[in-house]
Amino acid sequence: MNEFIAPTVEYAELSPLLIVLGAAVVGVTLEAFLPRRGRHRIQVVFTLVALVAALLATGWVAAGLDEVEGASGRGLIAAEGAIAVDGPSVFMWGVLLVFSIISVMLFAERRIEGGVSAFAGQAAALPGTEAEREASRQGIEHTEVFPLVLFAIGGMLLFPASNDLLTMFIALEVLSLPLYLLCGLARRRRLISQEAAMKYFLLGAFSSAFFVYGIALVYGYAGSFTLADIHAAVDNNTGSTNLLLAGMGLIAVGLLFKVSAAPFHAWTPDVYQGAPTPVTGFMAACTKLAAFGALLRVFYVAFGGAQWDWRPMIWVVAALTMAIGAVVALTQSDIKRMLAYSSIAHAGFLLVGFAGAYGGDGITSLQSVLFYLAAYGFSTIGAFAVVMLVRDPGGEATHLSRWAGLGKTSPLVAGVFAFFMLAFAGIPLTSGFTSKWTVFSAAWAGGAWPLVLLAVGMSAVAAYFYVRVIVLMFFSDPVVDGPTVSVPSLFTSSALVVAVVATVVLGILPGPVLDLAQQAGAFVR
Amino acid sequence: MTEVLPADGVFGLSWLLVAVPAISAVVLLVGGRRTDRWGHLLGTAAPAFAFVLGVVLFVALLGRGEQERRVGQQLWTWFEVGGLRADFGLLLDPLSALFVLLITGVGSLIHVYSIGYMAHDARRRRFFGYLNLFIAAMLMLVLADNYLALFLGWEGVGLASYLLIGFWQHKNSAAVAAKKAFVVNRVGDMGMVLAIMLMFATFGSVTFEGVAAGIEDASGATQTALGLLLLLGACGKSAQVPLQSWLLDAMEGPTPVSALIHAATMVTAGVYLVVRSGFVYETTEVASTAVVLVGLVTLVVGAIIGCAKDDIKKVLAGSTMSQIGYMMLAAGLGPAGYAFAIFHLITHGFFKANLFLGAGSVMHSMHDDVDMRVYGGLSRLMPVTFVTFAMGYLAIIGFPGFAGFWSKDKVIEAAFADNIWIGIATILAAGVTAFYMTRLMLMTFLGDKRWKSDVHPHESPATMTIPLVVLAVASVLGGVLILGGWIGHFLEPSVGPEEHHDLPIPVLALTAIVTLTVAVGVFIAWRTYGTKEVPVTAPRGSVLTRAARADLYGDALNEAVLMRPGQWTTRWLVWFDNRGLDGGVNGLAALIGGTSGQVRRAQTGYVRSYALAMLGGALLVVVSLLAVTLA
Repeated sequence: MNEFIAPTVEYAELSPLLIVLGAAVVGVTLEAFLPRRGRHRIQVVFTLVALVAALLATGWVAAGLDEVEGASGRGLIAAEGAIAVDGPSVFMWGVLLVFSIISVMLFAERRIEGGVSAFAGQAAALPGTEAEREASRQGIEHTEVFPLVLFAIGGMLLFPASNDLLTMFIALEVLSLPLYLLCGLARRRRLISQEAAMKYFLLGAFSSAFFVYGIALVYGYAGSFTLADIHAAVDNNTGSTNLLLAGMGLIAVGLLFKVSAAPFHAWTPDVYQGAPTPVTGFMAACTKLAAFGALLRVFYVAFGGAQWDWRPMIWVVAALTMAIGAVVALTQSDIKRMLAYSSIAHAGFLLVGFAGAYGGDGITSLQSVLFYLAAYGFSTIGAFAVVMLVRDPGGEATHLSRWAGLGKTSPLVAGVFAFFMLAFAGIPLTSGFTSKWTVFSAAWAGGAWPLVLLAVGMSAVAAYFYVRVIVLMFFSDPVVDGPTVSVPSLFTSSALVVAVVATVVLGILPGPVLDLAQQAGAFVR
Repeated sequence: MTEVLPADGVFGLSWLLVAVPAISAVVLLVGGRRTDRWGHLLGTAAPAFAFVLGVVLFVALLGRGEQERRVGQQLWTWFEVGGLRADFGLLLDPLSALFVLLITGVGSLIHVYSIGYMAHDARRRRFFGYLNLFIAAMLMLVLADNYLALFLGWEGVGLASYLLIGFWQHKNSAAVAAKKAFVVNRVGDMGMVLAIMLMFATFGSVTFEGVAAGIEDASGATQTALGLLLLLGACGKSAQVPLQSWLLDAMEGPTPVSALIHAATMVTAGVYLVVRSGFVYETTEVASTAVVLVGLVTLVVGAIIGCAKDDIKKVLAGSTMSQIGYMMLAAGLGPAGYAFAIFHLITHGFFKANLFLGAGSVMHSMHDDVDMRVYGGLSRLMPVTFVTFAMGYLAIIGFPGFAGFWSKDKVIEAAFADNIWIGIATILAAGVTAFYMTRLMLMTFLGDKRWKSDVHPHESPATMTIPLVVLAVASVLGGVLILGGWIGHFLEPSVGPEEHHDLPIPVLALTAIVTLTVAVGVFIAWRTYGTKEVPVTAPRGSVLTRAARADLYGDALNEAVLMRPGQWTTRWLVWFDNRGLDGGVNGLAALIGGTSGQVRRAQTGYVRSYALAMLGGALLVVVSLLAVTLA
């Protein structure tokens, strides 16, 4: 009999991950034992405390990362080779946790719905039935959303940090499953919410299947799940290239689905529209970040040696994604769908940076994409937070025509939204400009200038529909009995303030965050 | 170009030029109604302060030796990423100092004028906030020491212009015009962005110094591409063909805006860009020829459009395009033309602001009617407006001794020296200018009155007439800048020494020919509009007249070349995204499933069609990967 050897786990370095996942488990128990009264408040406080603790732990881990000998990165491979705690991971952890804190504050908003949250009182009750009215009357709420979102965040932290494909797959599922549930929990317009959850689940499962199949093929090629081993196999050109290419393609499909790149974007508008708006904001910022992190890690670390094989494919996908996102957004009449297509377009811009695959002495593709994700996340959460505030008797007033003349009735809210639109359009002095600038210059330096040309053109197209919203809000007459703007609680207001401030600061003084992104350096194998 | 020295002494205050109007704009826009009572005063004080500071800096600059007249001030590092470093730096040199004086000087006068012009507007404070925003952005544009900070000002003036064109948002036409200006300018901005990218990729620097140092060694293709991309940016901002169409519509904005932004300052930013980037154009024949051609075509097109319009502001807008065409052409001629381009730019700033403000004064008393066919005989009722307008008129047609005479003559000389046919075209255009401006004068101030019965014309208040008088004086005397070749000499540290050119005929003879052509233009206009009665409804007119009324079909062209294909693409992509994908894939599903009945179940078919699309995409990805390798 072989002796059992206990695996070594670097608990200290993995503490952010452990805190979040541990808090999620505790959250579930709290759900079981706490009385209904006051449960919401305790869950909110507990979740926020856990996230702040994880953020502090991330800072502590970041400060203690060591240089890796013979490579440009910093960090270590933890948990028996399963998790890479390196500069990019820690940077993404930090940004993800900040986004999560803002998002959870939006989840906790109860004032604008008149004392209840944006989530269904009783998910099992059919919409419009007596059971549902009863649940609303009694103020029953699904406080499970907080442990659920903690699980999702845990998965997102693990996803871009996983150092082997199996861990990555598990992280993918851990982050996806709670999201499927959260999408279906909208209090208003339950049917489209449930439809969105169903679609997201089916398509997500489908894409996971591609991902797993890809893993299997790559394992067949390299004989290992570890990214470093795959890298070595690609470098030594062992095994059948066809196996590698097919596996690479299928893995790409699974990841491109999560970042909503065309032609795997079809779910995005439906799901963004149907999901409760706080969840949409959370997905648009955090899922995108985690998935891009994983995409970059797999393709730069494991398949870096084969980049001449996959770059043309990414070029095509990037071009298609930008074109579909920017152009189709022009004809949208629902604000959430428009933001969904805008998020597709931004995925395209991010892919432009990725396609550059530039690792010279300027800003590298990885660093520029990290910075873009950080900048974009703040504006996007902020924009969805504004959507939460503009309301009709039936819930959020998401039809664009209802937003006409909002600038005259509520100049502050309309002004904030207009500011986010300008940031999305990439006007200087907003974070949108600096982030586009870094991504495009990295791509240009990497020789992807035709893509940059297209991207600049598509930014101009996209600017048009962002400005259209501004024109609608400020230069049209208000609609008769138009939507009212609810006064939010401190949670949403502070989330909005953070989003606006971050968008301004990253536009005017991006230096510190860019430095952080640069210090993150490269991935560690 | 001479070396840039660090800012010391009074030059350390340069940043206040941008900061003071910017802070004032923020106070006015964020302060809300509390600032309504004194907002316009603060709004006027900010550019006035900048003007005083500008004069102090200008005098300080004159007090220095010629080799020390370029002063740079580093404010902070915007961002620094590896090889790319973008500083927020200011550069005060003779070129930017002249612009600072023009912008703050004319700007202050227009602020004063607006106090009276906007007195009855409930949103006057907001208007001043936007104007201050514009002043701050425009100063940023001309004071930047690198292309990225210049681009910041560039976008800032675009934003201010957009907000001000659409200021009277209750008018649908204003909102549409604002949007059009924005969209057309985005096309130009794309040129700018790509040019900056190219500079960064080639030279690793976006400062004027850095680019100038590297441009000699760059490849010919890079030099040409850079020149053409910058020209595209300049065309958008300066309303040059083919991006000219927005300027005529921009006249929907309040008249002080047309005077400040769409005549005197912002629209000349393109000329500034070309002159500032002279080191690029000196290396590339193709791009500098393109600048000359763009200028030439625009100066002719603008003049023709100006002849046919009955809307007083649109005549002036056509004229603006045409005059900027002159500047652009001069700038394209290289060192021989830079100083003259800037000279004409400054005198044009004076007399065109004068003309626009005069037109505003007329509109003010005519119930905002802009149709010249219902004006007439206003000279007796509005004496101050009439006399000041007449000074601007004499300046623009180039009446000997007036500002425009000196500056236009110099541009024509430079054009003549370069190519005789270009020279002839500029002379003819001067004649056409005389024609349409005389027509405007006759239809507005002279002849019989043709007003509607409820209109009672009256002279405007002092806040409006005093700026008119000041600008009229400047229109008369602006020519002094050329005395002894002062302006060319002064600009030398910025744009290099002026090249002297040989003319095929004596200068005096050329001046005589130009003046004669102008006289012929005036005479024809007088025969047509001065001796006969002006019909109140416009006659049908010749083919050319009708074409000119329709802006020489500029919009129709845009529509056919850009808009329709764009709409078509959008429609196609949306169809592809919504139905085509489903439709096509549903068809595929029917084939695969073998039953078309299942396809009709929309609800389940929907997700499945997405899934099939994904499958198709996955196949595409894998097959393309394999194809790349096997090929």
